[in-house]
Amino acid sequence: MSDLDPPPLAVPADPAGSASSTAANAGRYPALRRFADHRMALLGVGILAVVVLLALLAPLVATHAPNEVDLTAVNHKPGGGHLLGADNVGRDIWARLVFGARTSLIVGFGAVAISLLIGITVGMLAGFYGRWIGALLMRITDAVMSVPPLVMVIVFVAIAGPSLVSVTVVIALTTWPAAARLVRGQVLALREREFITAAEVIGVPRRGIVLRHLLPNLLGPLSVVGTFGVANAILVEAGLSFLGLGVRPPTSSWGQMVNAAQSPVVLMNRPWIWVPASVAIVLTVLAVNFVGDGLRDAMDPKGSR
Amino acid sequence: MWNYALRRLLTGTIVLWMVSVIVYLGLSLAPGDELTVRLSPEVVAQLTPDQIAEKREALGLDRPLPLRYATWLKNTLTGDLGTSSSDGLPVAEDILAHLGPTAMLVGAALVVGTVLALTAGVVAAVRSGTAVDYLLGSVPILLVGIPGFVFSLAAIYLFSVQFGLFPTNGMYTLGDESFGDLLHHMALPGSVLAIGVAAPLIRYTRASMLDVLSSEYIVTARAKGLRPSRVVWSHAFRNALLPIITVIGVTLPEMVAGAVIVEQVFGWPGMGQLAVRAAGNRDVALMMGIVLVIALSVVVANLLADLAYVRADPRVRLV
Repeated sequence: MSDLDPPPLAVPADPAGSASSTAANAGRYPALRRFADHRMALLGVGILAVVVLLALLAPLVATHAPNEVDLTAVNHKPGGGHLLGADNVGRDIWARLVFGARTSLIVGFGAVAISLLIGITVGMLAGFYGRWIGALLMRITDAVMSVPPLVMVIVFVAIAGPSLVSVTVVIALTTWPAAARLVRGQVLALREREFITAAEVIGVPRRGIVLRHLLPNLLGPLSVVGTFGVANAILVEAGLSFLGLGVRPPTSSWGQMVNAAQSPVVLMNRPWIWVPASVAIVLTVLAVNFVGDGLRDAMDPKGSR
Repeated sequence: MWNYALRRLLTGTIVLWMVSVIVYLGLSLAPGDELTVRLSPEVVAQLTPDQIAEKREALGLDRPLPLRYATWLKNTLTGDLGTSSSDGLPVAEDILAHLGPTAMLVGAALVVGTVLALTAGVVAAVRSGTAVDYLLGSVPILLVGIPGFVFSLAAIYLFSVQFGLFPTNGMYTLGDESFGDLLHHMALPGSVLAIGVAAPLIRYTRASMLDVLSSEYIVTARAKGLRPSRVVWSHAFRNALLPIITVIGVTLPEMVAGAVIVEQVFGWPGMGQLAVRAAGNRDVALMMGIVLVIALSVVVANLLADLAYVRADPRVRLV
């Protein structure tokens, strides 16, 4: 909304290959080193690795199929054939949990991939093509940003029909402005730098300037935005499923599992039905956020606490 | 100042108009139209093509998209947001009935959350490097990762189920519509939302305060022997507040999204519940109305935040 550009991120170092930076003495990849020194970020990577592994190996680690109904185990406590118990129709909680990880990760990473693609394109265009197209694109960005993603997602998923694909695409369509604003701001700043002028002078075509000179400089800040975007997309998907408007039952989702706790009996007396999924959401989102913090601090050593 | 306000008002209007175009276009391009939304697929399958065409004509769906949009825009500008297909009431009436409770909830949470965050942020900055700072720095990081619904459920479990302190549903106890009763009902959903606002704001406040505290005029103020509390609150805090104003303006969309979830959990009869109902019933007119009202309030909030910023900071001179 505000006409302020995104907060000034650290101006990225000169394109790879320049030896001017003294920080380069700290090793070839100073940012990587700083990331590796960030304990919480490493913890985040660790947790995330476990979640990804469980999601990939879901059919192997789950002792039951996620939709297998075991009528003898309805509302069963953890133990006795069901590691984490069973829900109100006798489905295995552990199985739904690991298959639910797939939903969260697909939506999280899928939505961010699409939204970065849109955001980079719009941001580049807005940054390069000055007054009219730029202004128009930024007003569209403002418009999309003025409605909270969750509300937009609720509306469009209701119309398009709730499926894994529609949820992912709609989240992407409502979250790209963050990347677009970042890219535009950086392009406007970088465009004035000598190495871009130099490239223009020696006749590098515009496409080359964008792909070879601008984009590599944007990867750092974009990775930060993208990482926080993953956490956000996972939260939106969970919220949507919690409201009962997200992916439909054959697909299991963490938000959907927590939804059962809207019934007071489940909330009070059967915590095994809703607590594991809640913990899974919190852990995954925190892990992603820690990675994002680590990336941000690594890209911008001045800004770390 | 007035020029600037006018210009912002104009861009705000353009943004709102774009929201309406984007959402209208999106709702029209998405698979399924108002007809399939209103009728169940089984009913549609039984209709002959002629009957379907007739029904589409009755709903005005046979006209080209730009014309339909123009009609919709004209009606909207005259205050007619159409009729809700789920309860048959005018959309404007539905929205007005639900706007108050949400405004109350979000407003209270915004005030409480902001005061909480500013205090915590200043304390963290003043005690920078101590255990207090570390605690105030880490708790928000954890809170940001907890989705509103998990937080709400945990709050209900702890405060309502274990201690029986607060009611968990609705705005009033039946037959008791006093202010105290309202506050009692608002305590849990309001706190959940307020903490949602406060968590990210604490970090901003802390960073902004640290920034100001290291500036030279603060050193001067200290050196001339002013009481530390006076240096912090009347010298540093007022300047640290400036960037925070913009951040508060930007948090409104987040809050609305939080309210959707919180209202659902606590049965708070506001816009969030209305939105979920509209989505559940695929009520196109109602959804359009809700999105517009939310966008309008976000645009206005941002405008106010920016104007407040200009007023608060004499260095910002706008032509």
